[in-house]
Amino acid sequence: MNELLLVVTIGGERVALPSAAVESVVELDTLIPVPRAAPHVAGLSALRSRVLTVVDCMRSLELGATDCSDGIREAAVVELDGHHYALIVDMVEDVVEALSDPAPVRAAMGPGWERVSEGMVETETGPLLLVDVAALIAGAERQAA
Amino acid sequence: MDDLIADFVAECREMLEALGGEIVAWEAEPDDRARLDSIFRFVHTVKGNCGFFEFPRLEALSHAAEDALADVRAGRRQPDGPLVSAVLAIIDRIGEMVAAIEAGEEMPAGDDSALIDALAPGAEGPATPLVTAAADGHGKSSAAPRTIRLSVELLDRVMSTVSDMVLARNELARRLRESPTDVPVDGAFERLSSIIAEMRDAITRTRMQRIENLFVGLPRMVRDLSAELGRQVLVDIEGGDVELDREMIEMIRDPLTHIIRNAVDHGIEPPAERLKAGKREIGILSVSARQSGNQILIDIHDDGRGIDGKKLVEKAIAAGTVDKADAAQMTPREQLALIFEAGLSTAKEVTAISGRGVGMDVVRSNVERIGGIVEVDSKPGEGTRMTLRVPLTLTIIPALTVSIGDQHFAIPRSAIEEIVRANGESVSLEHLGGAGVATIRGRRVPEISLAEILGLDSEVDEMDRTLIVLRPGGGDVYALAVDRIHDHEELVVKPAAPAVMATGLYAGTTLADDGSPILLFDAAGLAQVGGVKLEQQERAARIALGPAAAAAKATAVLLFRGLDGGRKALRLAVVERIEEVPVAAIKQAAGQLRVQVGEAILPLAGANVGELGQDKVRVFRLNDGVHEIGYAFAEVLDFATIDNDVIHAERPGEVSGVSLVNGEPAEIVDAHWLFANHVGRAARATEQLVCRLPSDDPWMQNMLRPMVEAAGYRVVGDHEDAAADLVIASKGSEVGDDAAKKTIWLRTEPEATGKKDDSIYRYDRAGLLMALKSAGAGRGK
Repeated sequence: MNELLLVVTIGGERVALPSAAVESVVELDTLIPVPRAAPHVAGLSALRSRVLTVVDCMRSLELGATDCSDGIREAAVVELDGHHYALIVDMVEDVVEALSDPAPVRAAMGPGWERVSEGMVETETGPLLLVDVAALIAGAERQAA
Repeated sequence: MDDLIADFVAECREMLEALGGEIVAWEAEPDDRARLDSIFRFVHTVKGNCGFFEFPRLEALSHAAEDALADVRAGRRQPDGPLVSAVLAIIDRIGEMVAAIEAGEEMPAGDDSALIDALAPGAEGPATPLVTAAADGHGKSSAAPRTIRLSVELLDRVMSTVSDMVLARNELARRLRESPTDVPVDGAFERLSSIIAEMRDAITRTRMQRIENLFVGLPRMVRDLSAELGRQVLVDIEGGDVELDREMIEMIRDPLTHIIRNAVDHGIEPPAERLKAGKREIGILSVSARQSGNQILIDIHDDGRGIDGKKLVEKAIAAGTVDKADAAQMTPREQLALIFEAGLSTAKEVTAISGRGVGMDVVRSNVERIGGIVEVDSKPGEGTRMTLRVPLTLTIIPALTVSIGDQHFAIPRSAIEEIVRANGESVSLEHLGGAGVATIRGRRVPEISLAEILGLDSEVDEMDRTLIVLRPGGGDVYALAVDRIHDHEELVVKPAAPAVMATGLYAGTTLADDGSPILLFDAAGLAQVGGVKLEQQERAARIALGPAAAAAKATAVLLFRGLDGGRKALRLAVVERIEEVPVAAIKQAAGQLRVQVGEAILPLAGANVGELGQDKVRVFRLNDGVHEIGYAFAEVLDFATIDNDVIHAERPGEVSGVSLVNGEPAEIVDAHWLFANHVGRAARATEQLVCRLPSDDPWMQNMLRPMVEAAGYRVVGDHEDAAADLVIASKGSEVGDDAAKKTIWLRTEPEATGKKDDSIYRYDRAGLLMALKSAGAGRGK
């Protein structure tokens, strides 16, 4: 059986998240900022009495900031090491089946994309970049450290 | 087969643990049949199981021990020192083998014949001297309640699910409030709420464990240590029935072990030295636990040589931790606190047990990591007392919510020393080189602005902010300026994601009742990020204070307006939390007003039926460690300290006196009296003990008397004719020839003076209560 992928748009690019890692897709309304946290940590939000750490994928990829002022944002909820995160994306599209194993991308991508890339996967709608969720959550900090 | 072995190992371990105390008690009293039987049962069980599993060495050992013990049981042989030691050695060897089996290792090769030979009558035992030790609380040999074994991980999961459930219920409650609902829905929700509350209570209790589990191994440990070091030590353990979060017990195991090792190694002198110093040969090491509010206090007290503060200072100067000018300014307490600095040890030589200069600093950091405090008190030549204060649980933290702009944050209550207004009379703010310094009643403390640390905008002017004086763990204070303070809440705290923790500012996250996330601050982290230098600060602060003021100890109080409109103050320490209840929850029942708060019905003070109004009443929940009562009030005014003189009331009553608080008079509510009158009534015994107090001492009559009465005594004056069971007197005063069984001496200064000073500091409430209780118990015998 092939892996299922969640297709989302980040910074105008269609990319794939491994759908096994994604617990749910939510719409965030409240966002409590975390002062002095890394820039890609957009804040905290609550989902069914759990605290979510909200990650702004645009910032994590060094593509600029997501505009959160207009209220509701779509986000994918993932769990990593016992903590729950909400990854803010532009849009959640669909779930598709991966038709191949990830293959290295040989073309030059942006540094942010390079960092989170797990390779290219073939799908029915064409090739997609498979994103490493942990790298996305770690943000740009890890590279600096 | 593997399962069976695992069960066998678990059973052996459990029995070994339970046996730890029994063995030492048996050693002290070899004729004790019950103890002999339980040890016999153990070796018998081991023998039976080993035959089945083919562990020939275990079988041979347990068989030999069983034979010897069977002889003793049958009266064919008298238990003596060598036999006890030989049996102990065998049990130890069995323990080692069981551990090896558990770890899945090959059974180590070795020869046990020496151990077995030592069992023979008249054989030379292993050369361990017999040490007298007694363990309290192991006398029970009643059947244990039925139990099952659960993994802590599973319990943790249940606990966290229940916490989630509470939060989910809070959210549901909020949504129900927002939308109009039917009465049946509300009813069903109420029921659900109470079931959840009950469940949370029960599950919290499953995580609680008697601290006995920690203490049970101590007699054995001390016995082995003292044998090795040539000391004679009597262990006295009290308070094993105090309950504590099991995680917490694990966390304090190492610090406690370390402190006890130190006490035996450095504290208690060898017998010859003790005799020379005019003490009994046998040193006494007492370990006691008690609950005080939502903290557990563990006292470890030895009557050994004590800690020499001056030597510590010399060492610290030599090590460069303190400079000479500072050292000259240090109080005895601060000198003693130096033992917690890294790399200092007064031990003349390094032994295998302790004294490598690593230790007390590690103890302190371990205890602080769980939100606890270690204190040390010592008199050279008389002994040392170490006190561990740890919170009851890790997951639920009482906290104060504050805000900057419109964002809320929480600060753990345990770190808060006091709260003052920046524009208050006794407070002034200065800026030195861009850094803030607040002077609060003559004490200079560094001030940092929360808004600045967080990089948030604050619309509140600097002078209108509230200063929260924080004392993170170690003992250094700083003031944190916040825009507004809100409420005390008990928060279910969860660890935050690594990206959030990386800021160093936060200790975790939690959800408020309205469902929005709140960040909980780490007080030490705030100071660090704010650039406050904590280590040297307390010493510098005292210089500003001047020597005279140092003696006066301010009492933190909560200033509030009572239902009768009076400005009143209540000691902060007795206020557990604030609740809001509908007037309907207050009823006249069984002779007094009572309030229903959640599941509990508490006696209510501070209110008359007429004053309650229509809608809702705010109630303090007061706790004296055993009983709870409610105290109705109108509004909280401020947190303050009493640093002026208290003018005592003429007669005991709800108000014990009047004092100037924040420049205006306030009535001081006497919590002793409240408890005595609302709880004590029922608790008072039919046959009362009599206590004699000096009639002309206002402090005794006003402050102490209610407490003594609450403890079940009938109080008589100097000249009343009655046989007193107990006399309480100030130190230095004369006591008539009374046939009292016991006299409690009180002193006015916190530190004891001189040798043989067994007086009690008069505000040492716990100590007083203990003394009152033990005096009462003395008569019962």
